[in-house]
Amino acid sequence: MRKFLLGLAVLAIVAAACAPEEDPAEPIDSGGTTEPAPVDAASCAADASLVNDGVLTVGTGNPAFPPWWEGGTTDANKDWEFNDPYLLQGFEGATVGAVAEQLGFSSDQIEFVPVPFGKSFAPGPKDFDLVVQQISYSDKRAQAVDFSESYYEVNQALVSVEGSAIEGATTLDELKGAKLGAPLGTTSFDYVDQNIQPTEEPAVYNDLNGAVQALKNGQVDGIVVDLPTAFFVTAVQIPKGVIVGQFPTVGAQEYFAFALEKDSAFTDCVNLALQAIKDDDTQSAIQQEWLSDKASAPVIEG
Amino acid sequence: MSEHIAERPAIVIDGLHKSFGNLRVLRGVDLEVADHEVICLIGASGSGKSTLLRCVNLLEPIDAGRIVVEGEEITARGVDVDAIRRHIGIVFQSFNLFPHMTVLRNITLAPIKVEGTPASRAEAEARELLDRFGLAEKADEYPDRLSGGQQQRVAIMRALAMKPDIMLLDEVTSALDPELVAEVLDVIRELAVAGMTMLIATHEMGFARDIATRVCFLDDGVIAEQGPPERIFGDPEHERTRQFLARIVAAGRM
Amino acid sequence: MKVAGGVPGLGSSRGVPGVDPEQPLPPPGNRRSRILSVGEPGARSVWVAVASTLVFFGVAAVLIVRSPGWASIKATFFDREVFADSLPKIVGQFSTNVFIFLVAEAFVLIVALVLAVLRSLSGPVFAPLRLLAIGYTDLFRGIPTILVISLLGFGMPALQLQGFPKSEIFWAIVALVLVYSAYVAEVYRAGIESVHPSQTAAARSLGLSRLQSMRHVVLPQAVRRVIPPLLNDFIGLQKDSALVAFLGVIEGLQQANIISQATFDFTPYVSLAIVYLVITIPQTRFVDWLVERDRRQRQGGTQL
Repeated sequence: MRKFLLGLAVLAIVAAACAPEEDPAEPIDSGGTTEPAPVDAASCAADASLVNDGVLTVGTGNPAFPPWWEGGTTDANKDWEFNDPYLLQGFEGATVGAVAEQLGFSSDQIEFVPVPFGKSFAPGPKDFDLVVQQISYSDKRAQAVDFSESYYEVNQALVSVEGSAIEGATTLDELKGAKLGAPLGTTSFDYVDQNIQPTEEPAVYNDLNGAVQALKNGQVDGIVVDLPTAFFVTAVQIPKGVIVGQFPTVGAQEYFAFALEKDSAFTDCVNLALQAIKDDDTQSAIQQEWLSDKASAPVIEG
Repeated sequence: MSEHIAERPAIVIDGLHKSFGNLRVLRGVDLEVADHEVICLIGASGSGKSTLLRCVNLLEPIDAGRIVVEGEEITARGVDVDAIRRHIGIVFQSFNLFPHMTVLRNITLAPIKVEGTPASRAEAEARELLDRFGLAEKADEYPDRLSGGQQQRVAIMRALAMKPDIMLLDEVTSALDPELVAEVLDVIRELAVAGMTMLIATHEMGFARDIATRVCFLDDGVIAEQGPPERIFGDPEHERTRQFLARIVAAGRM
Repeated sequence: MKVAGGVPGLGSSRGVPGVDPEQPLPPPGNRRSRILSVGEPGARSVWVAVASTLVFFGVAAVLIVRSPGWASIKATFFDREVFADSLPKIVGQFSTNVFIFLVAEAFVLIVALVLAVLRSLSGPVFAPLRLLAIGYTDLFRGIPTILVISLLGFGMPALQLQGFPKSEIFWAIVALVLVYSAYVAEVYRAGIESVHPSQTAAARSLGLSRLQSMRHVVLPQAVRRVIPPLLNDFIGLQKDSALVAFLGVIEGLQQANIISQATFDFTPYVSLAIVYLVITIPQTRFVDWLVERDRRQRQGGTQL
């Protein structure tokens, strides 16, 4: 009996010792109703707590696809495929560069970490300050992460190959009988599911590569991706690829935004920076440089 | 295969040699068995009794010599082994009943699958055998419910179901408890009385003396001495035979 | 007074749990009530076991719930609304998985048996067949399943060969059959080799051919013995049916992926896990029952 009680006591002591203390470094609630809002992005950022002090840590997907990232791969950062994000080229690359500058970071104070899409919203502390990889805003998603303001308003487009049954489609109805595909996690799939509603179940691929391969093999008649990606894919990846057209917006305009940890104090700073680059036309210049020739395609009527 | 041409022996074993790796087990065995003879093989463990029987059944390939059964040389090239085995029944020391089948099925499996006997006839004949040897009520039991002696009797019946011309019995009572030995020996005795040609490897000297038409003493891979049981057990010629029998008597087994 | 024996429920390797070998055994019959009554030496270790288990799990639960990240974990993995929403959709798409693994398993059981029998054929004339079986097993156990699936699922249609179907599900099933047959063949082989050669000797002695012996005597015994590992591989196959998602098919896991990425929530995976548990646990209990029922037939017949 004595041994039994002794054992129980030992267990209880161990339990008490292992109980975690409240984390003293909890992020301060960013409501900030008692303080006046910071005036500019840089001073906001100076006060914010970052994952790595003095450095802006940005997450994005690997491979870093054009036209969101450009410049090709480099020896210095071999791990990044298709493009090296450190070059700060491509639409998202340049936007990140401009935002970082507003926040007071020089270009060598930016670190990139590869973040698979699923990890963007995984619970627990993040290893990035913000993540950018063509993530569309949705109310449901906003319950799990903080979203910045829009940095790009996006339309979906349909890519096919020459000679396919849907090459010349001009209405959504013509697509109902087609076998369509889309990459996972994209609003592209949602668009197919909700607005096109084909009779044959669409295919969903774990990444863009899978969708492209399937289209090349003729396993799908067409794939739905956002418009800039459609240009990249038809120009580079699919010989005889064609953009059948872009889809009209249904409901609220879809847009891409940065994602940050829920209730992060840094979100306000990022928004200030975004607003700044919109105000001084930096943003439209970036869009002009990287996406101007990737913006026009016939609209497929609903 | 069962024509009884007078004078043609049932089994002829001629200069049989068999080795396992470097171990030479049979070093030139010569033996003739006539129809209806009951040959008892005696000898120490390792003398080659089991090996000899397994060679006759073609379970072991031989190294040299030949074996002729019912006029057919079974050790020749290109022989249909399965066909030969239909006419030779063998019963092992460890019964080897099929544990996933009932007693009845154990007995009827081969007649149905090998001979093509219709199931109803095979079953009827099996039940007849079971009845004859006193195990009728065990027909639908699984082997693990039977005693060792009962299992061995079933094993004998299983071999008999194929209506063999020759039965080979390899130390069939050696694994049994003493009180179960008698029931098995009774079965064998009955077969002998009924005229079955048998080659029996055994330690049961009393039994051998009883039913054997001839006793062969296997020593060091050859048949050292053979003859009628009275002579072998009563007045053996060779020193080795004498020594062997003396050991048996000393161990209280005769 | 030592309390010997193992802790019940946690694996006792020293005979009857709770029984002190230094004390004479209590007479049989009614031992159960003796063990549960406090005061008996055997009874004490049972109570210690129960109490310490409760304390352990209780403490673990408290630690988890009090941890700082618990609220966010609960919201991300156990969101009631997402669960209710995702479960029917996932179950619906899971029918694809069920189709795939049922069809695949049927073929695997047969192909693997053929491979195992080929491999067990003795004699120089069968050497090429044996080598074929060995080579096949080496190849398909060595290559990752996902690679086989993508090679066949993307590669075969890409070759544009006439007469070959393009269906992803078809190629996924083919890939799974190829891979799992290699594993299951080894399981069968272990079973075949565990059947004592004296059984084959007895069968052949009765005049049964090699094939007949295999079919009527060896295989029935061999297969019965390896039912648990066969189920093991079957459950692996059921989970690997999710790999067809790589080819774009929306099956259970991919549906969970879709909902998860649309809502930024991991609860769909919990739904999926529950679906898998609901189907695999009954299978395990069923096999336990089969093995228990069959145990008596394994005894006897071959006393060495």
